[in-house]
Amino acid sequence: MQRIGVFVCHCGSNIAATVDVEKVVEYAKLEPGVVHAEDYQYMCSEAGQMKIAEAVKDKNLTGIVVCSCSPRMHETTFRNAAKRAGINPYMVEIANIREHCSWIHKDIEEGTEKAVILARAAIAKVNLNAPLEPGESRVTKRALVIGGGIAGIQTALDIADAGYEVDIVEKTPSIGGRMSQLDKTFPTLDCSACILTPKMVEAAAHEKVNIYTYSEVDKVSGFVGDFTVDIKKKARSVDMDKCTGCGVCSEKCPMKKTPSEFNRGLENRSAIYTPFAQAIPNVPVIDRENCIMFKTGKCGVCSKVCQAGAIDYEQQDEIITENYGAIVVATGFDTIKLDDFDEYAYNQSKDVITSLELERVMNAAGPTKGHLERLSDGKAPKEIVFIQCVGSRDVTCRGKEYCSKICCMYTAKHAMLIRDKYPDVNVTVFYIDVRTPGKNFDEFYRRAVEEYQVNYIKGQVGKVMPQADGKLLVQGVDLLDNRQILKEADMVVLATAIEPEAGVRKIATMLTASIDTNDFLTEAHPKLRPVESPTAGVFLSGVCQGPKDIPETVAQAGAAAVKAIGLLAKDKLMTNPCTAKADELLCNGCSTCANVCPYGAITYEEKEINDHGIRENRRVAAVNTALCQGCGACTVTCPSGAMDLQGFSNRQILAEVDAICR
Amino acid sequence: MQEQVKTISGVNPYKCMKCGKCSASCPSFNEMDIKPHQFVSYVLNDDLEALLNSESIKQCLTCFACVERCPRDVKPGNLIDTVRQMVVRKRGAELLSPEEVTQLLDPELPQQLLVSAFRRYRR
Amino acid sequence: MSIENKEFKPKIVAFCCNWCSYAGADLAGSSRLAYPADVKIIRVPCSCRVNPMFVLRAFEKGADGVILCGCHPGDCHYTTGNYYTRRRMSLLFSMLDFIGVENGRTRVEWVSAAEGVKFSTTMNDFAKKIHSLGENVRLGDIRCKN
Repeated sequence: MQRIGVFVCHCGSNIAATVDVEKVVEYAKLEPGVVHAEDYQYMCSEAGQMKIAEAVKDKNLTGIVVCSCSPRMHETTFRNAAKRAGINPYMVEIANIREHCSWIHKDIEEGTEKAVILARAAIAKVNLNAPLEPGESRVTKRALVIGGGIAGIQTALDIADAGYEVDIVEKTPSIGGRMSQLDKTFPTLDCSACILTPKMVEAAAHEKVNIYTYSEVDKVSGFVGDFTVDIKKKARSVDMDKCTGCGVCSEKCPMKKTPSEFNRGLENRSAIYTPFAQAIPNVPVIDRENCIMFKTGKCGVCSKVCQAGAIDYEQQDEIITENYGAIVVATGFDTIKLDDFDEYAYNQSKDVITSLELERVMNAAGPTKGHLERLSDGKAPKEIVFIQCVGSRDVTCRGKEYCSKICCMYTAKHAMLIRDKYPDVNVTVFYIDVRTPGKNFDEFYRRAVEEYQVNYIKGQVGKVMPQADGKLLVQGVDLLDNRQILKEADMVVLATAIEPEAGVRKIATMLTASIDTNDFLTEAHPKLRPVESPTAGVFLSGVCQGPKDIPETVAQAGAAAVKAIGLLAKDKLMTNPCTAKADELLCNGCSTCANVCPYGAITYEEKEINDHGIRENRRVAAVNTALCQGCGACTVTCPSGAMDLQGFSNRQILAEVDAICR
Repeated sequence: MQEQVKTISGVNPYKCMKCGKCSASCPSFNEMDIKPHQFVSYVLNDDLEALLNSESIKQCLTCFACVERCPRDVKPGNLIDTVRQMVVRKRGAELLSPEEVTQLLDPELPQQLLVSAFRRYRR
Repeated sequence: MSIENKEFKPKIVAFCCNWCSYAGADLAGSSRLAYPADVKIIRVPCSCRVNPMFVLRAFEKGADGVILCGCHPGDCHYTTGNYYTRRRMSLLFSMLDFIGVENGRTRVEWVSAAEGVKFSTTMNDFAKKIHSLGENVRLGDIRCKN
């Protein structure tokens, strides 16, 4: 039998005004197990906590019930007080008689009656409480960053600067990500490569950063503090140690008809290639699907011209297994496919391009060497039309419901750059709303209008019609003038919606990180924990969490790094002791519980069981307490009733039900 | 009246974000006095008298380009069609009996287009 | 404490998940949004912790209504818990309806931590419903009645 002490708080007049506190004490004393009951002005105060400690000592209490505010407010306070007084902290229960009682009930009789019943329920529960000890798990002091764009690079650098080892896994042959494809960045118009390349070099040179390019995460197991990850290093067909990065192989490669991923398919590359000049590592890969040697077995030009003898056609995919304490997801984004948007004639005309393609066109290393020209005939355009919200804010199955956030700003940037470099080119922007919140952002957009005379028209474009003479006829509407517009353009640029990188769903599944309907990773709390995944030990960085621009991405990357560092700095992690526990005598090894467990915390083991004198080997469930988060899904699903949740056991909840219905 | 339009058309005009894609797509834009995108706000403002008397309901070709391309799934074409139907009902004349319509149905064609087309040309 | 009171005072058990609905109930409290005192809340880690057995036990012990509150679908702290709740409870409730415990006496509602107003209106609505249905005579163990 427990020896329970009941402590009823007045909370000044917050509780005492509508609950007769003394009456609650009086009725509590009648409950089984209660050996002490008292009330006090402020239970959470130093003096209140002293009262608890004294009662524990004097009456030799084994359990404590505090009738006070919500356990979400002061459960920890009272658990710590109990610990100091020498009782297991999990022998404390709170009866919430403030938020759930005194604050909502005006009538004192009604309030008191409910408070008594809530106290009874808590007492009934404590009678069945058992001391619980949080477990400990170790922390591997190494972090994994998935994705080598600006988000991943920044996170890795921040973690490495704090002194921890970091691995970056990047699926393309080079780190750099989307930012490396951009020409200029808003709102300062500085060159993207000029600010990104130093970061890439720093990451590559950092002694604590290890980069796996052309690699993918293959398998994840384990839990916070101790993840085990299989990384698949795809065969590069080039020996990274021998290669000097001279580039002769790419130059001599006879197969030069593969669309370049880096230049968004606007230019072709060779089968052996480095994606771009500043690539890190500066080691080419052989694209085996397009290489003549791999397709026919006859070529070997690259091998012949390579002075260093680095070409290795026999290279195999390699699996590297590594342990990590924390994982940061920084998988980034891509633009959506425009196949369903027939009206913009994207697939019919080479002169209708996406904004990311325009970045390549404007870039000195791009397909046109930085000259603004039509991709169909190479002529200089005189009339350019930008269309905003292509696929963004679109609730139909064609598009994305969210605002892609960056398009208004990059369109203003493009418009401004074009007007600046080619003042004789007319630029028209069709927009629905111009959304430019952010430091110096609206000023930037206004400059495009006021200083550069970019023609902004409120309205959408209905269709783009390619004409026989190569021009594009744009049919739009000016909603403010209430007239339809027919405009001849030489080039049309579509502000295409962005979506999370295609592989993110697979990664989220491996990490059991939750993902929303748009494939963005979900935060643990949208406001207060925006860079953490609900899965412990997994952090979010960059656009994988939601659309954002470069400064925001860098800020979030830093925040994710700090969270990861905070985890890695610990030697041991305390685990939540309210975990599931299987009764081995009742378990029949049916695997139903393992199927519903969202954390993969339940495994099965063959074990010798002594069932009332009968010794036999049985397959029984075992809960990994470091993984179990204590949701209780398994307890309900278990057909034999073998699973129970410590701290919220079947008997405890039933006792509460009974006390309430008494 | 507003409720009636919403019920018949199945359109929720509050979903409109006023992008103007319907008007930008409309082939009869210049012949209309009330433009397709304005239909939504007329319904919202419950100014249905103006819609019932507008030239637009006669000029709409029922091509459904606006319905097809609307990013918010508002379907202004259905609104126009609904108002047209209300005019017909007001006159008390059912120009096609329901039995006739079923015979005229072609599974290849959008039902709504067929209904409105027949209503137009048997005036 | 008036047991001899003739007026019908229903017993309503509300299971609230710790992460959303319990916090929503706290918010209803701190916003002083009143609901009947007949509603008593039991805290569970997740709505999927609620065994159908608990619901049956409540009715057996004389409860007149049982309501489960959890996070909105897709928002479960444990990712999928509330989906299990939804399936389990729709089965249980249709079975209870079959044996005569009216559907109005049981309910599953999604209340987020920010929805104090929804918590309060839900509880008011539910209590009103129970009042109109009157005392639960099915399933109740008469030995538990006093």
